[in-house]
Amino acid sequence: MNPSRKRTVRLVVALSAAVLLATALIYTSFSAASPALTPSQLLRQALPGRSYQLTGTVVKGSVHREGPVLDFSVADRAGGAAVALAYTGTVPDPFHEGREVIVTVQKQGGRYVGERNSLITKCPSKYKTAPPSENQNA
Amino acid sequence: MAGFGFACLLLALVVCAYGIGASLYGVRGGGAQYMDSGRRSVYALAGVLSVAVLVLEIAFLRNDFAFNTVADTSSRTTPGLYKAAAIWSSQEGSLLVWAWLMSLWSSLALFLTRRRIRDVAAYATAIMLGFGAFFVFLMVVYANPFATTHPAPSEGVGLDPLLRFPAMMIHPPILYSGYTLCTIPLAFGMGALLARRLDAEWIKAIRRFAFAAWLFLGAGIMLGALWSYSELGWGGYWGWDAVENAALLPWLTGTAFLHSLMIQEKRGMLKVWNVSLVLATGTLAIMGTFLVRSGVLNSIHAFGGQTLGVPFVILIAALIGGSIYLVVSRRDMLRSEHRLDALLSRESMFLLNNLVIVGLVFVILWGTYFPLISEAFTGQEASVGPPWFDHYTVPLALVLVALSGIGPVIAWRRATLANARRNFIAPLAFALLVLAVLLAGGVGSKPWALAMFCCAAFALGSAAQEFYRGTRARRAMAGEPVPRALVALVRRNRRRYGGYIVHIGMAVLFIGVAASSSFQRVNELQLSPGQSTRVGSYEVRYVRPTATLTPKEDSAHTGSTMSLGALLDVTKGGRHVATLEPSEGFYASQEASQGTVGSLIGGQPVSHIAMDIGATRNVWTAIQPDIETPSLKRIVTVGNKTLPPEDGIVGIAYLAREYLKHPPPAQFNLIVSPLVMWIWIGGLIVVGGALIAMWPAPSVVRARVRARTRARALGSRGLARA
Amino acid sequence: MTALLTLALVGVVLVVITAPMRHARAARRADPDARAGAPASAGGSASAGGSASAGAPTSAGGSAWASSTDLEAAREAKYREIRDAELDYRTGKLSLEDYQAIDADLRAEAIEILDRYERAGGYERAGEDGTRP
Repeated sequence: MNPSRKRTVRLVVALSAAVLLATALIYTSFSAASPALTPSQLLRQALPGRSYQLTGTVVKGSVHREGPVLDFSVADRAGGAAVALAYTGTVPDPFHEGREVIVTVQKQGGRYVGERNSLITKCPSKYKTAPPSENQNA
Repeated sequence: MAGFGFACLLLALVVCAYGIGASLYGVRGGGAQYMDSGRRSVYALAGVLSVAVLVLEIAFLRNDFAFNTVADTSSRTTPGLYKAAAIWSSQEGSLLVWAWLMSLWSSLALFLTRRRIRDVAAYATAIMLGFGAFFVFLMVVYANPFATTHPAPSEGVGLDPLLRFPAMMIHPPILYSGYTLCTIPLAFGMGALLARRLDAEWIKAIRRFAFAAWLFLGAGIMLGALWSYSELGWGGYWGWDAVENAALLPWLTGTAFLHSLMIQEKRGMLKVWNVSLVLATGTLAIMGTFLVRSGVLNSIHAFGGQTLGVPFVILIAALIGGSIYLVVSRRDMLRSEHRLDALLSRESMFLLNNLVIVGLVFVILWGTYFPLISEAFTGQEASVGPPWFDHYTVPLALVLVALSGIGPVIAWRRATLANARRNFIAPLAFALLVLAVLLAGGVGSKPWALAMFCCAAFALGSAAQEFYRGTRARRAMAGEPVPRALVALVRRNRRRYGGYIVHIGMAVLFIGVAASSSFQRVNELQLSPGQSTRVGSYEVRYVRPTATLTPKEDSAHTGSTMSLGALLDVTKGGRHVATLEPSEGFYASQEASQGTVGSLIGGQPVSHIAMDIGATRNVWTAIQPDIETPSLKRIVTVGNKTLPPEDGIVGIAYLAREYLKHPPPAQFNLIVSPLVMWIWIGGLIVVGGALIAMWPAPSVVRARVRARTRARALGSRGLARA
Repeated sequence: MTALLTLALVGVVLVVITAPMRHARAARRADPDARAGAPASAGGSASAGGSASAGAPTSAGGSAWASSTDLEAAREAKYREIRDAELDYRTGKLSLEDYQAIDADLRAEAIEILDRYERAGGYERAGEDGTRP
C-alpha cells in the first residue's frame, strides 16, 4: 500500500473511532441524565421510580429532623407549589430555610424521597466565592 | 475616592483603545515607535489598574462601607488579612482583580519580548488590550466595584465564614493567575498567525508563557481540591462540578500543547494542532471565567449575575470564530514539514496524546454543559452526575498515564523491535510484577484501580530507567560519584529530566486518586456518647461531647460564637491510633428576627473536620451536632425573651452547658481513605519537576555549552567539505 | 481631590505612552537623513507574506529569517537537538549507526544556521558570548 493510501486509511479509521465514541458518549449522557425540575414541574410530571433533580427554595418552617431523616419542603423560587420530601444523608453546612437547594428525588408511593447524600445547597443570590456545599457521590 | 477609582476604570478603557490603535498602526508600517507606544499602553494599563485595586483595598482596610463591595463582603470585626482578601469575593471585585492580573502578566510578557518577535508582539498587544477593554467595560457598565451608597451603612455584612481559612486566601489568586496567564499564549498565538510568523523564537516565547499558565492553573486546581478535602464536610476532593471542570479544561489543552510543541520544534509537524491547542486553551479559560460568574449552570460555586452572560457569549463566539478563521486562512504556513512515518513512533505517541486529551476535553465539556445542551434539544434541562464522568475519564486517564511511560523512550520516526526490547522490557516487567503482587493482595476486586496501579508502575519504571541510564552515562563520561552525576545530569538537561519528574509526580498522583476513590471506607451514622462503630479496619468511639465558646476571635474557628463537637478515640486492633476532635462552628447572623441569643448562632454553620493523616491512609471525621432538640431550643427561646442584647452570650453559655450535660445523638461522617496524601505529594512533585524544567540555566553555563556545541558542529564542516 | 488625582494619573500615563514618539522625533531632529522610526524588525512587513519555505533547514517553523534574534533562537534549538541526540545515544535509546546519521544531519543544519547568522551580522550585534535577556 503506498504511503498516501496508508495515511487515508489511518485517517478514516481514526475518524470512525472518534465518531463511534462520540455517539456512545452522547447517547449515554441523554439516558443517564436526571432532568432538573422545579417543584411545580415535578408535581405534574414525576413518574415513580425515576430520579429527578429538584431545584427550589426551602420553605420556612418546614424543616424537621427525626433521627437520621430530615424532612423539609421545597418550593418554586417564585413561591407557590411545594414538594415535601424526606432526606437522609449529609446535610451541607449552608442548608437553611429560604436557601436554594438541589436534591435528587424519587417518587415512592405518594411520597418523595431524597436520594442519599444528594443534597446541594446554593449560596444566596449575591456573588460570593460561595460556600461550596457538600456534594456526595453516592 | 470612589470617584477616583471609577475614573481609573474610564482611563483604563481609553488607554486600551489607544493601545490597540497604536499597535495595529505601528505593525502595519506606521513605525516602531507606535508599536512601542502600544506596548507601553499595556504597562500604563497595569499601572492604572494597580491604582484602582489600591483604592479598593484601602477602602476595605479603612472599613469604608460607602463602597457597596466593602459593605457586602467585609465588616469591622473581620480579621485584617481576610479584609484584604475580601476584594475577590464579590463579582465586581473579582473582575477588577482579574483585569489587573491580566494586565500585569501582559506587561511582563511584553517586557520579556520587547526586543524580539516584535511584529507578533504588536498583534498580541492589541489582543491583550482587547481583553483588558472587555473586562473593564464589564465593570464600568455591569458590575462597578466603585459603586457607593449614601448614607454609608455603619457595619458590613462580613466575610462568609467558609472563607476564613488561609487556604482560601491563596486559592482564588492562584487560580485567577492561571486563568489570566492563559490569555497570553492565546494572544501570542493569534499574533503569530496574524503576522504569519511561527518560528523558533515564537516557540521559545510562547512555551514559557504557556508553561506559567499551566503551572498556576494546575496549582490552583490542586489547592481547590485540597481545600475541599480538608475543610469541607463531604470528605472528597473532586466532584466533577462545573466550576472544577472549567479550570481543568484549559489545563488539559495546555498539557497537550506543551507536549505537542516539542514535535513542532523537532520535526516541524503538528503545527495546526499547536496553534489550535493554544487558541483553545485561551478560549476555554475565558469560557471558564464566564461559567463561574454567569450563573448559567447549577454548581456548588453558585454565583449569580445573569446579566454578564450575554457579553461573555459574544466574546467567546468572537474568539472561536476568529480562531477558526485564522487557522484556515493561514493553513499554507501551517503545513507539516514531515509526515508521520510509522504508527509506532514518538511522533505518533505524541499525536495519540493529543487525541486522548482532546477526547477528555470533549467528554468533560459535554458533561459540564449538558444541562444547556439537553435544554436546547429536548426542552428539558437535565444533568449528568459524577458516575457518567468517571465512566469515560478513567479509561482515558489510564491511557495517558501509560503514554507518559511510552513516549519518552520510544524511538523517533519508527520504533523497531530492537528499540522496544531495549527500552520497554524493564518497565513492563516491573508493571507485571506489581500486577502479580496486587492480585495476590486482593486488589483484583477493583479492576480499574488495578489497571491504574499497573499503568502508573509502568510509567514510574520507565522514568526510573531513564534516570538510571542517564546517571550511568554521565558517570561513564565524567567519572563522578552517583549523587553528583545525578544532579549534574538533571542540571544539564533540565527540560528532559524535569519533564520526567513531572511524569513521576502525575503517576504518584493517580495512584493516590485510584486508591482513595476505589478503596475508601465510609460510615455515616448517628452516635451517642460511649457508642462506637467500625469504619474499615478502625474502631471509632465517641468518647464525650466538646463545646467551646469564643465570643470574639480565635485561631481556628475564626469568628464563630460557639463550637460543638466530639472527642473521638480511634483504635485499630485494640491499639490506639489517634484522638480526633471534629466540631461544628456556629456563627452569628445579622437577622434580628432570630432574637438576642438565636442570632448569635443563627448564621451559617461551618464544619471543622478532624483528620489523622498518614502515609498509607487518612482517617477523616466530621460531625453535625443536633442543636434543634426541644430542650436546646427552649434555652434559646427563653434567652431571647429574658436576656438584654449585650448579654446574649450568657444564653449561649447555658446552651453549651446543656449540650455537654445531655448530649443528643450527633450525625457523624467517618471516612478512611487509603493513600490520599500521595495525591498532594504527587502534586508537589509535579510542581517541582515543572520548575526544574523551566528554570533557565545560568547564562555562563549556557555560553559554555553554546561554544562547545558550536565547535562540534563546525568540526564536521571539514568533513562536509571534504 | 478626586479631580487632582485623576489629572495626575492621566499625566503619568501620557508621559509613559508618548515616550517612544518623543524619542523618535528627537532622533529625527538630530539626524534628519536617517529614516527614524523604521520598523525595527525589517521583517515585520517583509515576512508578512512569507510562508513555509521548503528548504528551511530548521524544523521549527517555516518563515523567512526576519532578524538575527530569530537565528539565535533557531541556533539554540538546533544545539539542544544535537545534545539531546547525544544523550539519547549514551542512554541507549539510539544505536550507534542511527546516532551517527542523525548527528551528521543536525550538524549540517546547525552550520547552515551559523552561516546565516554570520551573514546577518549576528556576531557584531551581540557579544560573542551571545548572552541576551
